[in-house]
Amino acid sequence: MLTPVTDADGAPFWEYAARGELRVQACADCGEPRFPPRPCCPHCRSFASEWRPVPGRGRVWSYVVPHPPLLPGYAEQAPYNVVVVELAEHPRIRLVGNVVAHAGARLDSVDPGRLRIGARVRAVFSGGLPQWVLA
Amino acid sequence: MAAPGRAPGIKDAVAIVGIGQTAFARRLAEDERTLACRAVLAALDDAGIAPGEVDALASYTMEDTDEVELAKAVGFGDLTFFGKVGYGGGGSCATVAHLAAAIACGQATVGVAWRSRKRGSGPRPWTNTTAQLPTPAQWTRPFGLLRPADEVAMLARRYMHEYGVTRDHLFNVALACRNRANQNPAAVMYDRPLTREMYMTSRWISEPLCLYDNCLETDGALACVVVGRERARDCRQRPVYVHAAAQGLPAQHHGMVNYWTDDPLTGPAWTAARHLWRQSDLTPRDVDVAQIYDAFTPLIPLSLEGYGFCARGEGGAFTERGALETGGRLPVNTGGGGLGEAYVHGFNLITEGVKQLRGTSTAQVPGAATCLVTAGEDVPTSALLLRS
Repeated sequence: MLTPVTDADGAPFWEYAARGELRVQACADCGEPRFPPRPCCPHCRSFASEWRPVPGRGRVWSYVVPHPPLLPGYAEQAPYNVVVVELAEHPRIRLVGNVVAHAGARLDSVDPGRLRIGARVRAVFSGGLPQWVLA
Repeated sequence: MAAPGRAPGIKDAVAIVGIGQTAFARRLAEDERTLACRAVLAALDDAGIAPGEVDALASYTMEDTDEVELAKAVGFGDLTFFGKVGYGGGGSCATVAHLAAAIACGQATVGVAWRSRKRGSGPRPWTNTTAQLPTPAQWTRPFGLLRPADEVAMLARRYMHEYGVTRDHLFNVALACRNRANQNPAAVMYDRPLTREMYMTSRWISEPLCLYDNCLETDGALACVVVGRERARDCRQRPVYVHAAAQGLPAQHHGMVNYWTDDPLTGPAWTAARHLWRQSDLTPRDVDVAQIYDAFTPLIPLSLEGYGFCARGEGGAFTERGALETGGRLPVNTGGGGLGEAYVHGFNLITEGVKQLRGTSTAQVPGAATCLVTAGEDVPTSALLLRS
């Protein structure tokens, strides 16, 4: 399985995720959240940023169900779902992830037939990655 | 007249005067560099221009043959302009745009653009698990969103949900490309007709996209030659003028995983189109035939909207009643496109546009005088408006 190849801007996201916290980068001057992380605020051009805790509630914006050929670790769990989740508090912040039966469950642990665009989901954490369960 | 604050531009200042290609196949024996040389020499021969006269080169990324190797192998003269456009399949039309700009402002006189790939028999970029990936991959690949097909399928699902686009609409796209490939002896799918039943029962690649929503994996190379309009009149072939050219990288765009802008369903095509039409004497209604980048079927309805052939959300409905077929409202991808002729990162769409305006396409649109050619939607893109 692939682990995130982080960069300086993205590393805090993964450090918080490893502690079971969902945080997004926000401008420390104008307060606008932004994703993916980057050095400078595109709204006010401030270089000051902070990592703001978010409650981890969202809705499915879209989803796909990949089938092989896939990398071995993924092929073994296919077909599975990959979702884009729109955060309830910040609808323009969308996170790619997987809807699973419970934290740490396999990628194919939820029947893709149960997924719908607009479905409510809640963040859980496993192995340093945020995952989502149906709320 | 140029728009206020804009230079006069490149309108009809240059023409494509030569095109060349190798065979297309799942597997070719020769390596990429050899194929590139063959395509470039064929294009120069088509134009009637000696390799020693070439002084400008343009290519796009994911091209392993570099300028030094190509120039040395085929014996170009001294080069005074060379550039490489980023973002893979979004760069195809931009190569011609860059040559046009260089020639129009006197930086060079004879330009060559090319693409050589062994994607049919070579490795696929997404299978690499060890190399440092581009930054956005940290937000997608760990979750199993691994391949371009998965990334585009995510947008396609949302697009289908918002606008009622159906798999039948995507089939219309796949069928139009395949039907044109069935008329083109050079196409990989020349003798392989497609039916609705084959489409609807084919295996999934990434739901909602099935096998036939995905382009071919092809070995092959193509090239074209660009010169100024004066010089073009003396060349062997009828000139095909670059009427307008554009690139597009929208504000806050994120590459193929463009899920984070306010409106991910209006991608780079919209940005490129605004600039393209602003420079042009033509409107979408004046376009006789279009070559629209088709790595995946949903890119065509999205592009039809972006380039203004229909309103937002109407791209699926536009494909109904044979609109994309020969004799339809807008015949597309008349050589078969990436879905049916060859997937060579869209360069075959440029050469097919030239063939249409020369009157030599295997699926000729009678009297075609204008052709839109586009590069990949979803990635920073480019487009050409060609006319005879």
